[in-house]
Amino acid sequence: MALTLIACFAALQMPPLHALYAIFIQPLASAYGLGEWLLKATPLMLCGLGLSLGFRANVWNIGAEGQLTMGAIAGGGVALYIAPGLGPWGMPAMLLAGMAGGMLWAAIPALLRTRFHTSEILTSLMLVYVAQLLLAWLMVGRWQDPQGFNFPQSRAFDEALILPLLADGQRATVALYGALALAVAAWIFIRHSFAGYTMLVAGMAPAAARYAGFSESRSIWWGMLIGGATAGLAGIAEIAGPIGRLQPSISPGYGFAAIIVAFVGRLHPLGVVLAALLMSLLYLGGEAAQLELGLPAAVTGVFQGLLLFYLLAADHFAGLRLVRRPARAIA
Amino acid sequence: MSGAGIPRLRLAGISRRYGDIQANDGIDLTIMPGQVHALLGENGSGKSTLSRIICGITRPDAGGIEWDGRAVSFANAAAARELGIGMVFQHFALFESLTVAENIQLALPRAAGGGALTQRIEEVSRRYGLPLDPRQQVATLSAGERQRVEIVRCLLGAPRLLVLDEPTSVLSPAAIQSLFETLRQLAGEGVSILFISHKLDEVRALCGHATVLRAGRVTGEADPRTTSSAELLRMMLGEDPATCLLTPREPGAAVFELRGFSLPADDPFGTSLRDIDLRLHAGEILGLAGISGNGQRELVAALSGERRGGSGSLRIVGEECAQLPVAARRALGFALVPEERLGRGAVPAMSLADNTLLTGARHGLAKAGFVDSAATRERARGIIERWGVRGGGPTALAAQLSGGNLQKFIVGREVGLSPRVLVVAQPTWGVDAGAAQQIRQRLLDLRDAGGGVLVISEDLDELFQVSDRIAVINHGRISAAQPAAATSLQGLGELMSAGTFTRG
Repeated sequence: MALTLIACFAALQMPPLHALYAIFIQPLASAYGLGEWLLKATPLMLCGLGLSLGFRANVWNIGAEGQLTMGAIAGGGVALYIAPGLGPWGMPAMLLAGMAGGMLWAAIPALLRTRFHTSEILTSLMLVYVAQLLLAWLMVGRWQDPQGFNFPQSRAFDEALILPLLADGQRATVALYGALALAVAAWIFIRHSFAGYTMLVAGMAPAAARYAGFSESRSIWWGMLIGGATAGLAGIAEIAGPIGRLQPSISPGYGFAAIIVAFVGRLHPLGVVLAALLMSLLYLGGEAAQLELGLPAAVTGVFQGLLLFYLLAADHFAGLRLVRRPARAIA
Repeated sequence: MSGAGIPRLRLAGISRRYGDIQANDGIDLTIMPGQVHALLGENGSGKSTLSRIICGITRPDAGGIEWDGRAVSFANAAAARELGIGMVFQHFALFESLTVAENIQLALPRAAGGGALTQRIEEVSRRYGLPLDPRQQVATLSAGERQRVEIVRCLLGAPRLLVLDEPTSVLSPAAIQSLFETLRQLAGEGVSILFISHKLDEVRALCGHATVLRAGRVTGEADPRTTSSAELLRMMLGEDPATCLLTPREPGAAVFELRGFSLPADDPFGTSLRDIDLRLHAGEILGLAGISGNGQRELVAALSGERRGGSGSLRIVGEECAQLPVAARRALGFALVPEERLGRGAVPAMSLADNTLLTGARHGLAKAGFVDSAATRERARGIIERWGVRGGGPTALAAQLSGGNLQKFIVGREVGLSPRVLVVAQPTWGVDAGAAQQIRQRLLDLRDAGGGVLVISEDLDELFQVSDRIAVINHGRISAAQPAAATSLQGLGELMSAGTFTRG
């Protein structure tokens, strides 16, 4: 991958090593930069962990971006209109509402799949756009800040509802601890829980799961709801963090990038944590590339695509070997 | 037509081995021009392997092939097609969303498409009485029509030898008659036909010559029109089997009971179960004989709960079960060793310990939602030691085991649950003789301990060895079970291969 990038930069007539430094090293050279790195890694971790559990069971939830958006809407609604009256319970109520919003959005494809055998790949993906349009509609309608000079955004959340920062001088929040705790929980779920085992069997050998009497629809529900809950949590954590209010655009595609994160992390919780850090660096690098090198914004997408491409290629070729076989014809 | 002349195809000493199984062992076969030649044999006797070798799909380990008196060897299926060998498979490989003409065009190496092809298809289909509309979409065709597409496709290549693998298994009686007309016409024009079947009545109606296979060897050649059924069956099924070794015992209460049970097939190649009456008692082994594809798969799925529903009564240890899911039936004491070991009986990419958990979770290996890993490993190690499973202990992946060792593991796992009902499908397929004997002995032990066992097998010797009673499944119906000691091989064989089944 590095070679491809060097070739790209060379083709663009830039000093390759300087470009690589600007993209991958410089963003992490300051405390603020480190904070940005962890800030962007957090939602990727949350979404990636939830998705990887579903992917292991062959539940293809492609709509984490929409579940993230719904989590932000539900959690944001609570933050704006209910939580201020709940005192110390406001923050937990807001976070739970975020998870519930994501789960609700994930429940729709799960219901369609278990009842009507609809492909969850299509339905979850299409619901992404429904969620984003719903958010946009709220931002210019009911939930718009009356004192906001007609900007499409909500009021700022109460100070008490903003997640505490990890440290001063940067923007990452304690949501990172939540993501790391979730990684541990996911690891326990996979390694030690019977539900995790049944989901794995359902993914690896559906006929064996039927033979053993593991319910397929339960596996689908678990896979979708866990993914929805973590994506919803990522959504509310994002807007209750540095943004501090609802706005039409809350995620630069974290929910989609998390699919790559899950696979690069080999669907293993520790792997997902590391892959989220890598993917976050690619986001930062993409921004740096725009600022420092004047590359177009699409460069982030190119990085992500290259990463997934090389991963899949390596997977494919790791199991194959080129063999020379003497050709034999009709004697 | 025999005797004089050069044979169209002559096989000499063809052998082919798959792992532990000698699928073909020194097979000689001669087909003359214009001859309709039957290849008779039970499932697993090596018919399919031989037909794949003839068509160039599989290469033999040893032996020679002569075509029109010239030695040949096929690099691939295309080379065989080049010489004029056409094959009609049992299961069709057609694209549903394409038309008949498009499907045929795809299969021809360098065919002109469009109007010319359509015209040729119409010509061939008229000439051989195979009504077919080239413009129709395959998805709308019946099984018989799809087979016509396959046959027309072969005929367009002007074959000189046509191989048909179990061509009648998906056809209605009327469609079978018209297929036979077509084949006779082809033979009259000098095309040789190799007709693979295990149905005696059809072979007798169509073929002038038969080669019989059993366990990979040629056990006889005959003219089916003049040879008695008993003689042909003896060639197919072998000499008198071992006599029943079991001491008769008083059967206990019924552990499962089917009464008037019917279940429609859920896929076009499946078999519907029709009006089945069958009862298995505690402390009894019931053998179910039958040629595969006659409803065994569907019966197993209906008993295990992998398919629910059906009409009539299905009771397991007295409970009405037709609507209960797998887990509930297993909770009643049901266990199953399925025919497919990898992918159904075991997860290929999981360790033997994890595969123990597959059916062991309800038996103390999972508590309060968490897996007891130590107990699981211990249980797996116990099975491996008791049954002599070779291949690397509890951490070995199921896919790494040989077929025989994996089967020992799965049987050991299921027997170890001390089930009240155990259904075993093809217990010793692909298992070496020593392990097969061990598996049969353990089934007998389970019977003596009071469990009821249903053994579904095509191996009649095996059924006679372990069964208290034997029933036959044919076309989705099951005959009344008879005590094994009072059952004759001939009687079973005739029930198994009967074209239309009458209940005895």
